[in-house]
Amino acid sequence: MSQFIDIGALTDIPQRGARIVRTHGGDIAVFRTAADAVFAIDEYLGDKAGPFSNGIQHGNSVTDPIRNWIIDLTTGETVGTEDDVIPTYDVKVEDGRIMLAASAIRAKVAA
Amino acid sequence: MTKKLVIIGAGMASGRALEELFKLDPNAYDVTLFNAEPRGNYNRIMLSPVLSGDKAFEEIITHTAEWYEENGVTCRFGEKVVSIDRARKVVVAENGDEVAYDKLMFGTGSNPFIIPLPGHDLDGVIAYRDLEDTNAMIDLGNKKDAKAVVIGGGLLGLEAAAGLALRGVDVTVVHIMGHLMERQLDEAAGYLLKKALIDKGITVLCNANSKEILGEDGKVKALALGDGTELPCDLLVMAVGIRPNVKLAQDAGLMVGKGIHVDDQMITSDENIVAVGECVEHDGAIFGLVAPLYDQAKVLAKTLVGQEDKFVQKEISTKLKVTGCDLFSAGDFAEAEGREDIVFRDPARGVYKRLVLENNKIIGAVMYGDTADSNWFFGMMKDGEDIAEMRDTLIFGPAFQGGAPVDPMAAVAALPDDAEICGCNGISKGDIVAAINAGADTLDAVKSTTKAATSCGTCAGLVGQVLGLTLGDDFKMPEKETICKCSDLSHDEVRKLIIAKELKSIPQAMQELDWGTSCGCHVCRPALNYYMVCAWPAEYVDDGKSRFINERVHANIQKDGTYSVVPRMLGGITTPDELRAIADVSDKFNIPTVKVTGGQRIDLLGVKKEDLPAVWYDLGQAGMISGQAYSKGLRTVKTCVGTDHCRFGTQDSTGLGIKIESEMWGAWSPHKFKIAVSGCPRNCAEATCKDLGVICVDSGYQIHVGGAAGMDVRETDLLCQVATEEEAIEVSNAFYQLYREGAQYLHRPYKWIAKVGLDWVKEQIADLENRKALCERFRFSQETYQVDPWAERAKKGVDAHEFEPLADFTKVAAE
Ligand code: SRM
Ligand SMILES: Cc1cc2nc3c(=O)[nH]c(=O)nc-3n(C[C@H](O)[C@H](O)[C@H](O)COP(=O)(O)OP(=O)(O)OC[C@H]3O[C@@H](n4cnc5c(N)ncnc54)[C@H](O)[C@@H]3O)c2cc1C
Ligand code: SF4
Ligand code: FES
Repeated sequence: MSQFIDIGALTDIPQRGARIVRTHGGDIAVFRTAADAVFAIDEYLGDKAGPFSNGIQHGNSVTDPIRNWIIDLTTGETVGTEDDVIPTYDVKVEDGRIMLAASAIRAKVAA
Repeated sequence: MTKKLVIIGAGMASGRALEELFKLDPNAYDVTLFNAEPRGNYNRIMLSPVLSGDKAFEEIITHTAEWYEENGVTCRFGEKVVSIDRARKVVVAENGDEVAYDKLMFGTGSNPFIIPLPGHDLDGVIAYRDLEDTNAMIDLGNKKDAKAVVIGGGLLGLEAAAGLALRGVDVTVVHIMGHLMERQLDEAAGYLLKKALIDKGITVLCNANSKEILGEDGKVKALALGDGTELPCDLLVMAVGIRPNVKLAQDAGLMVGKGIHVDDQMITSDENIVAVGECVEHDGAIFGLVAPLYDQAKVLAKTLVGQEDKFVQKEISTKLKVTGCDLFSAGDFAEAEGREDIVFRDPARGVYKRLVLENNKIIGAVMYGDTADSNWFFGMMKDGEDIAEMRDTLIFGPAFQGGAPVDPMAAVAALPDDAEICGCNGISKGDIVAAINAGADTLDAVKSTTKAATSCGTCAGLVGQVLGLTLGDDFKMPEKETICKCSDLSHDEVRKLIIAKELKSIPQAMQELDWGTSCGCHVCRPALNYYMVCAWPAEYVDDGKSRFINERVHANIQKDGTYSVVPRMLGGITTPDELRAIADVSDKFNIPTVKVTGGQRIDLLGVKKEDLPAVWYDLGQAGMISGQAYSKGLRTVKTCVGTDHCRFGTQDSTGLGIKIESEMWGAWSPHKFKIAVSGCPRNCAEATCKDLGVICVDSGYQIHVGGAAGMDVRETDLLCQVATEEEAIEVSNAFYQLYREGAQYLHRPYKWIAKVGLDWVKEQIADLENRKALCERFRFSQETYQVDPWAERAKKGVDAHEFEPLADFTKVAAE
């Protein structure tokens, strides 16, 4: 069983909004969709794309603000190509709290 | 005894006729040549190079004193013929001398037409026809700070203006029509010509109506226009056309219509009198260029020696040389049913070519900037050649015509696979073809699989061609421009439906308008949000999540994820206190770059996102508010120093700019909106390339609209002129509101004006009641939107989540 860390209340992120989780290995962007689903992906793809938390959300996707790439938040894939995949992390909502997989933070720091 | 030939007028036509005559029979006549000008024949066309300083008058004399003497011509230069007694066959000179003739030749040319405006007889009002006029212009160039106005934007007027400008005179051309040389050029070529003249420092006013010439002590002082503008000048050149000079012939009882009637042998209604040149009318036509006059001269010489010949009118073309600009026009280029156009433009080189076709034949041609192929086109036009075979490549000229017709997509087909199609994203033709072969069969599919055409978008056409080429007939470019792929509706349709169905939220609109996707995309959401902001100012709740990041956090995102901050500086005016606060903030937050912008204010670049509210707070303490340098909304109002300091200023341009900016900041619009106010037509604030520009003049304020200086560079058009500051502000508000209500999202005003037409816009603003209503709607909207977004975020914590991390594990020691 993987471990999860409480990173805040669901209501700390507005619907179709996003916020950052800072780690020693770089930022993770946490999204809340219009349907209250929650996703976590890396804020940047190296210096190729990002900062994704600044993009416009639609459905389960976000549009990269600088390059207009469309990223599928469920898989981290850029729509239509398999080449560029943004790392995603397990995240869930329990009793109104957002729970991020502890492995996410370890993975980032190790990377 | 040798017969006597008397000639009235030593012009280009009669001169040529004499040469032809002496070639046929040097001894047939005893010639007497009268000329009103105190000199013999010269090449009138070359007066322009004399004016511009490229040639001396001596170089353009065609017949010297020696020539006349060798040919036994009795010269009576500087003497006018005042009447003719046909019964006695004598002409009467000014001094009363009578000279008898056997044959009489009219070569009296044309008179420049002088519009009988009040003041047209003042000293310093001239035409452009002879050496005297030319010398008057040359003399003006020797005066310091001289100003001239040229009425008439036709060939002659522009030659005069170009020559004067080269001589250092400050010239304004006043043209009554919408574009220059409207008889030879179409609008597009006229526009390029205007641009070229402006580059030479000439001011060009089209659609301008001259009302009165103002004078002082009998000398010209200024030209007053119908709209009240006064153009000061030391010389006024009227070049509005010519009229055949027929007075003398009429008095003598010859048949005269527009010109002196002649038959195919150039004989008038009196068998002993012939005529040649601009003074004649042949078969209903009169003439204004030399080519046909030379044909007439040849026929006339034969007639005089009793040989048979016949003057035939030919199709003529004009290859013009308005000093330094290449233009060509021939035939009929008006738009009409059954006619088609082939147009080629190369904006980078300033080239425009247009062929007008009817029944597969060229019937008209206009060229600007590159006239190399004009003769080839003109030849085909005269011969009525069928061009069906080479239609697709015709416009590229003879060098391009092989045997078989070339495929219009040949250029793209010929590109190698590694040729770059999308520069922004580094996508080659091969990448696109590969994507298409892998199943991307629409423009959108290619965009999302390859990223081509997703940045600046200028390559979309090429991408479309690659699609067409690869898929053949299976691919059709989308016809209607829908708002985005989420909907089948166009922008205009969506806007209309939002009002008609009173749609007041984005989800409601998507539901009612049958959106194809669940919650839209990054293209339609910002557009819908704007349309609602504009339609329902007091009711709609702005949806920040539907805005691009810059508008959401009220700063410009940088490529490294930091932001830039531009405080507003009304009218470009700042104070030591503001500058101190900017300096302090820069120190305090380690802001790496402080830059003066092109919009007359200061940009703080490289601010960390989480620092933004604190930076704004400090700036706010010093009285500064957001400059909205990130918004599709009002950006800057640039001003010049105006009457407060400048010796040329006519109004308080700085003050007016500040008033306009104070009233208009904070508003959202389809695209960004820039304003400038210049204190006089020298236009130091560059108002004529702004979305709205005010040029102050003595009599008030000219409001210009539809300029831009981004990817397209556009000069503004005059919207109207008003007398007071209040009206200038009202018109600015009203125009902005009209644009806000009508334009499609992401269209700058010039694009919108191109769609709805400048005339329509003018009508809306000219209707005072409508203008007021627009202005009121704008002010009402401002009650909601004129709030400083920085203060709201810095002091009231609006959208705080944007600027703070949700959790921060860097404060916890790394495991
Ligand atoms: C800061 C400034 C450059 C400077 O250092 O001087 C600037 C910077 C940017 N311009 Fe500009 N423009 C600046 C004056 C201009 C001007 C000159 C002017 O306004 O007098 C123009 C040409 C005039 C015009 O707009 O017609 C100009 C034409 C553009 C365009 C092309 C617009 C077009 O219609 O083609 C863009 C792209 C766009 O808006 O879509 C653009 C976009 C941008 C953006 C906002 C790019 C972006 O979307 O992130 C740049 C933001 C940089 C940053 O991070 O701060 N900028 N930009 C100028 C800010 C003026 C100000 O005080 O607000
Ligand atoms: C500045 C300028 C540039 C031009 N550029 C071009 C060009 O690029 N291409 C082109 O094809 N055409 C051009 N033209 C037009 C061209 O010059 C005329 O078509 C041509 O000169 C007409 O010739 P003409 O002999 O009929 O008349 P003119 O050359 O005008 O000669 C008529 C002469 O008759 C004299 N006269 C009139 N009445 C009397 C009288 N009662 N007694 C005695 N003498 C009299 C006048 O003083 C005048 O000298 C230009 C004209 C001007 C002014
Ligand atoms: S536009 Fe005219 S008034 Fe303004 S600074 Fe320039 S010259 Fe002076
Ligand atoms: S060149 Fe393709 S998007 Fe700019």
